[in-house]
Amino acid sequence: MADKPVEELAHADLADGNNVQATTPSPVVGPSLSRRGPLQYTLVRHLGLAVLGGLALLLLTSSVSAYRDFQIANVGYYVVAVAGLTVLTGLNGQISLGHGALMMVGAYTAALLLQREDPLPVTLVLVLCVVTAAAVGALVGAAAARLRGPYLAGATLAFAVGLPGLTSHYSGRLGGDNGLSVSTGPPPESLGFDFPGERWQAWITLSAALITLLLLANLSTSRVGRTFRAVRDDEVSAELAGIHVARTQVLAFVVSAACAGLAGGLLAVVSGQATPGAFSVALSLSILAGAVLGGLGSLAGAVYGAVALVALPSFSSSTSDRFDLGTDVKSNLPLLVYGALLVVVMLAAPQGLQGGVRRLLGLFKGRTPSPVRNDSGTDVSVSTPER
Amino acid sequence: MTRRTPNARLQVLAGLAALSLAAACGGGSGSGDGGDKGDGASANVPGITATTVTIGAHYPLTGPAAPGYSEIGPAAEAMYKYINENGGVNGRSIEFKYKDDGYNPANTVDVVKQLVLQDKVFAIVGGLGTPTHSKVTNYLNNQRVPDLFVASGARLWDQPDKHPYTTGWQPDYLIEGKILGKYVKDNFAGKKVGYLYQNDDFGKDGVEGLDSQLDAASVVDKQPYETSQLSQPTGIAPQLSALKAKGAEVVVTFTIPAATAVALLTNAKIGYKPQMVVTNVGSDPTTLTGLLGKFSKGAVGAQLLDGIISDSYLPLTSDAADPWISLFKKVHDKYIPNLPFDGNVEYGMAQAITFAQVLNGAGKNPTRQSLMESLEKGGFKGPGVTPLRFSKDSHAGFTGVRITKLDGKGGARFLQEAQVTTDEPSGAIENAPSDAQGKPGDDPFTK
Repeated sequence: MADKPVEELAHADLADGNNVQATTPSPVVGPSLSRRGPLQYTLVRHLGLAVLGGLALLLLTSSVSAYRDFQIANVGYYVVAVAGLTVLTGLNGQISLGHGALMMVGAYTAALLLQREDPLPVTLVLVLCVVTAAAVGALVGAAAARLRGPYLAGATLAFAVGLPGLTSHYSGRLGGDNGLSVSTGPPPESLGFDFPGERWQAWITLSAALITLLLLANLSTSRVGRTFRAVRDDEVSAELAGIHVARTQVLAFVVSAACAGLAGGLLAVVSGQATPGAFSVALSLSILAGAVLGGLGSLAGAVYGAVALVALPSFSSSTSDRFDLGTDVKSNLPLLVYGALLVVVMLAAPQGLQGGVRRLLGLFKGRTPSPVRNDSGTDVSVSTPER
Repeated sequence: MTRRTPNARLQVLAGLAALSLAAACGGGSGSGDGGDKGDGASANVPGITATTVTIGAHYPLTGPAAPGYSEIGPAAEAMYKYINENGGVNGRSIEFKYKDDGYNPANTVDVVKQLVLQDKVFAIVGGLGTPTHSKVTNYLNNQRVPDLFVASGARLWDQPDKHPYTTGWQPDYLIEGKILGKYVKDNFAGKKVGYLYQNDDFGKDGVEGLDSQLDAASVVDKQPYETSQLSQPTGIAPQLSALKAKGAEVVVTFTIPAATAVALLTNAKIGYKPQMVVTNVGSDPTTLTGLLGKFSKGAVGAQLLDGIISDSYLPLTSDAADPWISLFKKVHDKYIPNLPFDGNVEYGMAQAITFAQVLNGAGKNPTRQSLMESLEKGGFKGPGVTPLRFSKDSHAGFTGVRITKLDGKGGARFLQEAQVTTDEPSGAIENAPSDAQGKPGDDPFTK
């Protein structure tokens, strides 16, 4: 098969998201620094992309219906969660089936803070969601760094199954099965009296998503990102190169958990609630499905994955609504359509949607993108030293 | 070029996948535009056209909470179809859109926003569940969307000051607990009583009602259980063994049907034979017979139900002579013959009739405001054996229940007069007015 290894896609996409680096010579630190144009600075490039993306989203959210804005708001927090997981799994090689539970930590933090008589501003609340989830992530990550493969999957799964149980144990504070209601109030008055609340929520989650993507993109091109990849590819080699493997793994887990916490806080704000039922194992699995569907390790893929997580169920249920079927068939058909679409996408684009997009681009350019490999089969770009 | 062939096929497939995604977005927005065309004849009221009234609801149609509850939506829809065939309400037919939330509150928020913003429903009628629906009441009231007949016996829905557009329908669990408690006190005087209840608002409200009637000295034990226990091998055996050890001769349960079935099977296994008194929520004979057969792999069935005391606020589904039951059966056989004819189906149909009555009272050209005014005028008489309490100050539903006794053949009968009470623990329990129930045909659309 001429399929590209996940590693290479991961690297290329996380580096800049639009393949600029493929045409620019790899940056060399030192004397050449003074001769670089502003576009050759990663931060400037990423900032530029984020601003462009922000403008496009501003136009988009202002031109669609309120329900579309609500769906876009949902995409926003899924982007944050999926991007966080794709960094952990695609970049650092650790699997987590427990991200739904980390989102729950963020959601309950937001709910408890927003419930107070004199609630903190939403921005500050979201920052605190990040902090608490990162702290929980550090604990889980410390355990995770000792586990590999199926054992890691099992441990994080147990976390996802177990954590919602806390709510019935502390039902006085956390509201048991009924959970907590979250109210963030109407949009600021400066936006006008009739400004739709859904659009305001979309702006909140999209801003958070853009900031998250910007930070993760910079992280992955930085020295830290390279150590993540080095540990993923070969722990022994990484250790020989002076990288502290366990510390790197815990750090990756903390970064990922912080994203999940932010996503959870945003979910609480958008859907106005924090309940154990919303953070079932199914949520953890669907975030992972989103990451795989979009293309593991790719931030652009995380965006596609998040869009798919919102669009697929809605598409499949509106499709099954169109046919006059028995109730049993009709209510289960969306699940079937969803599953079938997942299978088709994975068959057609085993590297996820981002892999498919790159292949299509290659088709237009009249060439098939072929990975540069060295003899050991590892991606050269990953092992190219940039220090 | 030889490398190109396998890739070309993949590229086509990838393109198809991308197209299907594009279709996903495109298909969705298409239906969004469709919603805008709804208005027209009637002065711009969402969900109302010259010939239709569109309403919505959310139920668990899939997932662990679906068995039983998934029948309510189709049953209500069947009754609306029947009403439409009889000319509808004030010349308009009722379109009922119900969506699956899988009992996940995050999904509930999603589908309710979809119903309100995209499908532009006139009202939400019969949204099911406490953890689910409590997350959309603020939204619906902010949007001034009538939110009638929440399918839950929690007391949350009766707050006309805070939530003027939300109302309950079924009697709340406190009322039920009070009436069951009084029956036990009057008929099993001097016996030791034990409780088995679900450890949430449902169970706790029921226990509060029981405690308001029974002497604390006669209650020997109160055993809470978690729903998660039901899927474990030990089930709720520890709770029942404790009740047996304390010598409870009467066990009152606030249990969902699965828990009732597990409790009955456990009692049979440990040789414990108390008088069982079971909440309406967990005592539908058809559902229980099915569950008992399933859990015991066909070893036992309805015979374990013999002698159970329960209650109901609707006619009994096993009473074929009741005019409401024969109407429901007729509608069932015509539109939803594949579903069992049980308490869930009756619930959906009875709720649909109350909604049609409220809509009828909202006038020739109903608005959301006139619908709420019609509701607060009250005085609706339908299948219920106790009165509905709707008024300006009360958005609670049925005021009471009637005690029943189950037989060992999947049926039940009423034991005494229907009773009503308030949802204050201290409120008195009285006999219901004898004319509380209406007849099919009182309204033109149920003829």
